[in-house]
Amino acid sequence: MLTSLVQTLLILALSPLFTGLIRKLKAYFQGRQGASVLQPYWDLAKLFHKDSVVSQDASWIMTATPYVCMTAVIAASFMVPFITTSSLGFVGDLIVVVYLFGMMRFFMALAGLDAGSSFGGMGSSREMTVSAIVEPTILLSVFTMALISGTTDLSGMSQSLATTGFDLVRPALFLALAAFFISTLAENARVPVDNPSTHLELTMIHEAMVLEHSGKHLALMEWSSMTKLLLYLVIMANIFLPWGIDTDLTVLGLATGTVAIILKLLVFSLAIALVESSMAKMRLFRLPNLLTVSFSLSLLAVISYYIL
Amino acid sequence: MLIDQLFVVLIALSLLGAVIAAVLNGRPKASVRVAFTVSSISSLLGLAITLLVFSQGQMRWELPFASPFGSLSFTIDALAAFFLGTISVVTFAVSLYSFGYADHYEGKYPVGMLGAMFNIFYVSMVMVVSSSNAILFLIMWETMSLSSFFLVIFEHRHEGTVGSGLFYLIMTHIGTAAIGLGFLLTYAQSGSFDFSSFPTAAQGMSDLLRSAVFLLWAVGFGAKAGIIPLHVWLPRAHPAAPSNVSALMSAVMVKTAIYMLIRCYFDFLGVQDAWWGIAILAIGCVSALLGVMYALIESDIKRMLAFSTVENIGIIMIALGVAMVFESYGLNELAALAMIACLMHVLSHALFKSLLFMGAGSVLHATHTRNMEKLGGLAKRMPYTSAMFFVGALSAAAIPPLCGFISEWLIFQAMLQSFNIPETMVKILIPVALGTLAVTGALAAAAFLKAFGITFLARPRSRDAEDAQEVPKSMLWGMGLMAALCVLVGVLSFAILPVLDQVSSPLVGASIADSLVDGIEIVPTVGEFSQVSPPLIAIILLAVMAMVMVLSQVYGGRRKVVKADTWDCGTPLTARTEYSGRGFSNPINRMFSWVYRPIRTFHETKHPSPYIRTEMRYTSTTEPVFDKYLYGPTEAAVRWVAKKVSVIQTGSIQTYLGYIFVVLILLLVVLRL
Repeated sequence: MLTSLVQTLLILALSPLFTGLIRKLKAYFQGRQGASVLQPYWDLAKLFHKDSVVSQDASWIMTATPYVCMTAVIAASFMVPFITTSSLGFVGDLIVVVYLFGMMRFFMALAGLDAGSSFGGMGSSREMTVSAIVEPTILLSVFTMALISGTTDLSGMSQSLATTGFDLVRPALFLALAAFFISTLAENARVPVDNPSTHLELTMIHEAMVLEHSGKHLALMEWSSMTKLLLYLVIMANIFLPWGIDTDLTVLGLATGTVAIILKLLVFSLAIALVESSMAKMRLFRLPNLLTVSFSLSLLAVISYYIL
Repeated sequence: MLIDQLFVVLIALSLLGAVIAAVLNGRPKASVRVAFTVSSISSLLGLAITLLVFSQGQMRWELPFASPFGSLSFTIDALAAFFLGTISVVTFAVSLYSFGYADHYEGKYPVGMLGAMFNIFYVSMVMVVSSSNAILFLIMWETMSLSSFFLVIFEHRHEGTVGSGLFYLIMTHIGTAAIGLGFLLTYAQSGSFDFSSFPTAAQGMSDLLRSAVFLLWAVGFGAKAGIIPLHVWLPRAHPAAPSNVSALMSAVMVKTAIYMLIRCYFDFLGVQDAWWGIAILAIGCVSALLGVMYALIESDIKRMLAFSTVENIGIIMIALGVAMVFESYGLNELAALAMIACLMHVLSHALFKSLLFMGAGSVLHATHTRNMEKLGGLAKRMPYTSAMFFVGALSAAAIPPLCGFISEWLIFQAMLQSFNIPETMVKILIPVALGTLAVTGALAAAAFLKAFGITFLARPRSRDAEDAQEVPKSMLWGMGLMAALCVLVGVLSFAILPVLDQVSSPLVGASIADSLVDGIEIVPTVGEFSQVSPPLIAIILLAVMAMVMVLSQVYGGRRKVVKADTWDCGTPLTARTEYSGRGFSNPINRMFSWVYRPIRTFHETKHPSPYIRTEMRYTSTTEPVFDKYLYGPTEAAVRWVAKKVSVIQTGSIQTYLGYIFVVLILLLVVLRL
């Protein structure tokens, strides 16, 4: 209980840092100096001190959405192992976590429609299109890990893989990991699916949906999105490659766990920054190719678990 | 004793209510009041019977006269009681709703007949799930079909309504024919129409015969349930019917077919061949996936909900198929899990679909249109209706911890257990079904997002939507009850699952209630495989929500929320600048164009100057695949045969007398031999 509370607070506190880090790394690859890694904190702090403007066409959905999004990511992070595998796994398993993200997306896309501008509608429509393939991909790839580790509880999965060592490693794991990585990029509005640093209507998905939010509301939306990105990275680190995570709540274990997760997150941030600097954003109607590839990978992962 | 008396009272009361409502037809107000008061009372009686059966064991009541088909008896065991309970809860809420809804038919249509048929429809559904004699069952099944047919064509002056009704009537009779044939084949073995003789009769059948009966029932009940490709009547009949009737038809009438499938397969035939389960699973996958895809691109709210029913029937069939596969390999406990998941989805779909149809009916009541592209902005004009439709949409999109989520969660859990199946081929097929279900879930979220977002949010797209007003209180009560149940059944599912286990354990031969529920935790399998606690999720969500609201006000101080225009790039925003429903689903339409097969046409009136456009016309429709390639040719073939046969129909009475004479002679000769 306490550990999962602490871990949730840590995830919330660290999420802007990793967003800043990815931006800094991208700037480095692009030969720019870039803003400080702490910049997202200053942005959030500033936004929290500002009034919000809400469209007069919008209903209560628009006002409720920022709070719902934040609630969804916090509730999800209760069930995700971060430094240690001790979390609130008995409350909900991976399906609950995926569907909590689904709830966040549902509200965000509704808020996109709510203001009645074409941009918001466009963003919502594209977001739901992308998620139509990405959500099942995520489910299937995590199901593969559930089958390998014999539990659908995220902490349990992490624990069983971390303690059993390499005996459980199967080809399915790598297929699922590849599918999950592509889905992470797609779900968190990263290149090549979306571009997080543009406001050009032709390219944007996520930014188009949150266009009408401002002030405190925008701060919550941004923060919840940053947290969602970090949660995806943490799930990728602790479910697919959990080695090093603390399993017994000893001082030594916790220390190793902290070092391990930070190293893994650094590597993933680097990978995202590399992908974003070396690839162009894809045209919207080219996306289905990439996404169906990742879906097929995850389906193959599940099937290969049964065959091999 | 008490139960069968209640049962008789229920039947008598419903019939009496129907008669009085019909007699009072000339006085619409009184007629509506009588009809729906009676149906609410009789549905409460139905609920009471359910509770009594669960607490005291099964009920049996025989009609007090002899018949050539054996004793005409009604039996309510746990399975029948579960469906009776589901039907009754939904009917109760819909009856409340109907008090207000029937108002707007006054003076236009014979409201008394609506009330009369409504009562007959309810009581026929009750008797369908309780009949335990094949002939009696078929009579009740037919009564249900006919009463619902009359209800579908109630608004007969609307264009297309009667056609839709007839289509429904034909489809349902094709189904009835298959069901009847299945019963006759079983009767040939058992020599009795009593359902209790069927299980032993099925044991004596040859494998081929048993499989034939399996297929006949799959087609017969499948036509009623709305599996693809027999689903085509749903998107026609549901929108044509009055909304309170569509709520009943879509939420519970199609479930009577599911009830009979479970009854016939698990009770009568006994599940032995694995391919039966796989066939049902495959039907389920196709129905779920195609159903939700068609729902997504639909702009008519009620047609969209009808397609979503096809989808959910598909999901129910997936769970049923998985249960059958497990059962055929002797994995009874896993079969129990899948069966409980199936029943849970039957219940949650009944709850949220009746809520959504009532919501759509309220929108129709307030705006006189079902076309989403003409709606919008209703969330402000009809706050309660929109809030309740929202709860229904969240349940349908399987958002935790509502009822739709719990059932989907259980189905996923059951499917993940397929590694216990000894056969590799089957083990590979189930993950494919798992993938289908996952895609279905994601598309369902998109479909309901569109339905809610386009209908209720942003600015109104027509005058009707702009002038919309909240519907009468009784309609809100009906919807409110279902909305509350959607939340409660989800959050308190740990208390409901043991009851479902009571239903499934006699069928699959294993009870898992002890291990399934641990306090407020749901633990579907032995060991540490998975668990979920809906009430804790609800508590966490509420607590975190409160904390986020408070803390975000504390940090940065209380800030104003200013109302202002939407950012409009300098051009005033109108209804035409909003995203349309069709636009919303267009990316998915393009992405899956091999399913939708969109037909796009573009017309332009030419002008001498290439810089001047006078008129441009763009249309985009989807090809009705099933109508074009399946029903069209079938209809043509039937017409061709009819035309050929009509040669002997000369229309002169002498010829017909001649026919009769010849037939008589032939019969005498044949029977003599």
